[in-house]
Amino acid sequence: MSSETKQILTTDGIPLEVSLKKAEKKNKIKAFLLVAPLLFFLIITYVFPIGDMLFRSIDDKMVTQMLPKTFKAMENWDGQELPDEEVFAAFHEDFIKLVEDKREGKLSTQLNYTKNGFKSIIKKLRRASKKFEEGNYKEQIMAVHKRWADVEYWRAIQRRAPEFTGQKYLKGMDMYVNEEGKIVSVEEDRRIHRVLWLRTLEIAFFVTVFCFLMAYPIAHLLATLPMKYSNLLMICVLLPFWTSLLVRTASWMILLQQQGIVNDFFVGIGLVADDNRPEMMYNKTGSYVAMTQILLPFMVLPLYSVMKTISPSLMRAGKSLGGTPFVAFWKVYFPLTIPGIGAGCLLVFILAIGYYITPALVGGASGTLISNQIAFHMKSTLDWSFASAMGLMLLSGVLVIYWLYNKIVGIDNIKLG
Amino acid sequence: MASKKDFVKFDKVDKSYDGKVLVVKDLQLDIAEGEFITMLGPSGSGKTTCLMMLAGFETPTNGEIYLDGKAISSIPPHKRGIGMVFQNYALFPHMTVYENLAFPLRVRKIPKDEADKKIDKALSMVSLQGFAARMPGQLSGGQQQRVAVARSLVFDPQLVLMDEPLGALDKNLRESMQYEIKHIHESIGVTVVYVTHDQSEALTMSNRIAVFNDGKVQQLSSPDELYEKPVNSFVAEFIGENNTFGGEVSDISGGKCKVKLANAEILANPISVKGKGERTTVSLRPERALINPSTKMDNLHKGKIEEVIYHGDHTRVRINLLGNPEFILKVPNSSSNLDIKLGNEINIGWNSDDARALDPK
Repeated sequence: MSSETKQILTTDGIPLEVSLKKAEKKNKIKAFLLVAPLLFFLIITYVFPIGDMLFRSIDDKMVTQMLPKTFKAMENWDGQELPDEEVFAAFHEDFIKLVEDKREGKLSTQLNYTKNGFKSIIKKLRRASKKFEEGNYKEQIMAVHKRWADVEYWRAIQRRAPEFTGQKYLKGMDMYVNEEGKIVSVEEDRRIHRVLWLRTLEIAFFVTVFCFLMAYPIAHLLATLPMKYSNLLMICVLLPFWTSLLVRTASWMILLQQQGIVNDFFVGIGLVADDNRPEMMYNKTGSYVAMTQILLPFMVLPLYSVMKTISPSLMRAGKSLGGTPFVAFWKVYFPLTIPGIGAGCLLVFILAIGYYITPALVGGASGTLISNQIAFHMKSTLDWSFASAMGLMLLSGVLVIYWLYNKIVGIDNIKLG
Repeated sequence: MASKKDFVKFDKVDKSYDGKVLVVKDLQLDIAEGEFITMLGPSGSGKTTCLMMLAGFETPTNGEIYLDGKAISSIPPHKRGIGMVFQNYALFPHMTVYENLAFPLRVRKIPKDEADKKIDKALSMVSLQGFAARMPGQLSGGQQQRVAVARSLVFDPQLVLMDEPLGALDKNLRESMQYEIKHIHESIGVTVVYVTHDQSEALTMSNRIAVFNDGKVQQLSSPDELYEKPVNSFVAEFIGENNTFGGEVSDISGGKCKVKLANAEILANPISVKGKGERTTVSLRPERALINPSTKMDNLHKGKIEEVIYHGDHTRVRINLLGNPEFILKVPNSSSNLDIKLGNEINIGWNSDDARALDPK
């Protein structure tokens, strides 16, 4: 055995590696026990709900469970011609059970989502099924209504066989699966979600831009002022941060409404006529103004923490080497603040893209975001699976942005504080 | 090229930051072309302020600064063409060494091939060839400092300012960098204004040293003169080691004066005392006093050894002499045959020429 591969032993003759592991085992257990509460907390409050959301958004067991025998019988059906007696018999059996449980109404609603026209023929089938005789169910069911003899409707039922579906995601993008099983967009005048997604991106983007433009000079001032002034200014920046979000949004409502302070001021200085006060609320303007103000600290703080570390002698060096103040700023100072800009923009953009309360209160119809739509489905239509699907789409959108950012700027190049 | 005596001229310059305290008072200073001048002083003495006014980052409250005969107070820093080395190097951390050096050339719109030549030359001057592609963060402190020096010289400025450039380096590196900067100065003949609070740095590097205290230049002279012939007690205290006696002039005649101490009288060289009865501080360098002098010296007194400290090449002996318990003697280790033992009484002698009677503290 060569000396390089020879095992190193401790003085007691135990291999060094074994001894090291033994010595570190205690510390490792201690370390794990210390982080365990947080780990469990994260699993319970983060991993589990997101997993549940994902499951809900694709869960389509309802119909599967209502027609178990039918779908079993349909496994041998090729979908070209009308199914044979076996399927009809199974369907009849399932249907009788549903009628007994008074759940046939739910089935009609669900099937109607897939294809219009199920509601009435299921009602008719319920009434007729009481007089059905045993045997030859195909003939009897087809006699109830001509749609029951139409293969399209049986295909529609078959489409609901899988336990999971991506339908809700398609709906989130204003698309659906048509009779031929192709993915198509809904008619132009019925598209609501695409507009909302685009508007969400647009508002988040511009709010980020406005925040950046306003925060950069403030952060620079904060970083360069003497301590006693910068502390005061810092409190001014943070004060809104410590105020309730609702209070802040409500005060914007007071400021921005048509008879509000800002409009009064504009009329007072003669900028606008009294009978022609601009609407600054319940539209995009309201969302822009209020969200920019509320998200401003999230931009100021990372910028400030980065600027604080930039030595003032760097700017001086730039100038003493012959750079004009602008060149010194642009070539020396600005590149050094990029980690702060990245962190601030990412933070503001991600917060803005999922913003809810402010646009709901001051955004009106044209200033609401996708999160308001999600809340609407959570609270009003109770279509939780659709809300989950949109929530997950939002989450993956954020992750994509994060990934892009990592590709372009690099995540190591970020500094949050 | 005849070198100008007043290449840089501070003319009656005052500077105040708050309108209450003058940081620099009535500064009058001429710097010759090609000179290495050091501004030396304790912190808060106004030396860095002077440098910042020269660089253009501060404006004089009163008076004017001239560079090569032109008043520069109204010229912004980037148009002065003065190279500067900062205390913490101030290298641009997001640029490579090459880009750092190219910065002053690029803003001057110097063509690339010419700029490359200049950068090569500057890097070889500080022996950093082959480091051009490194980032400043990948360099050691000494290397960063050399890049900073190279950057301040790469655009051939007539004047280079250095603001405590070696302050962050360890002792050995600092000493070798001192020689390196000195050699660079000697080889290219640029005028250097150097600020430091480290007296040994000032003594080794400079042609002339301006000792600052309290916003004023206390003494402006060559290093040897500064050490041997300080003009006031601040300079005597600040530069090197110093034994002092506080007393009153009892007689002054023929280039000598008698100074009456609490319980004795010594002979001294009257530098800043004019007549009898004046208070004075007599300053004597430790190496000028001898134990049991063989030649005749006009001051000879007995003192008791209080402490002996071994320093390798020499031994420091603290003696209670004429009421001064802090009197220090430096004894070379070759003369170890002397009777230096704790508690012994010994004779100590010095020439009155070396004992300079300066202003009272």
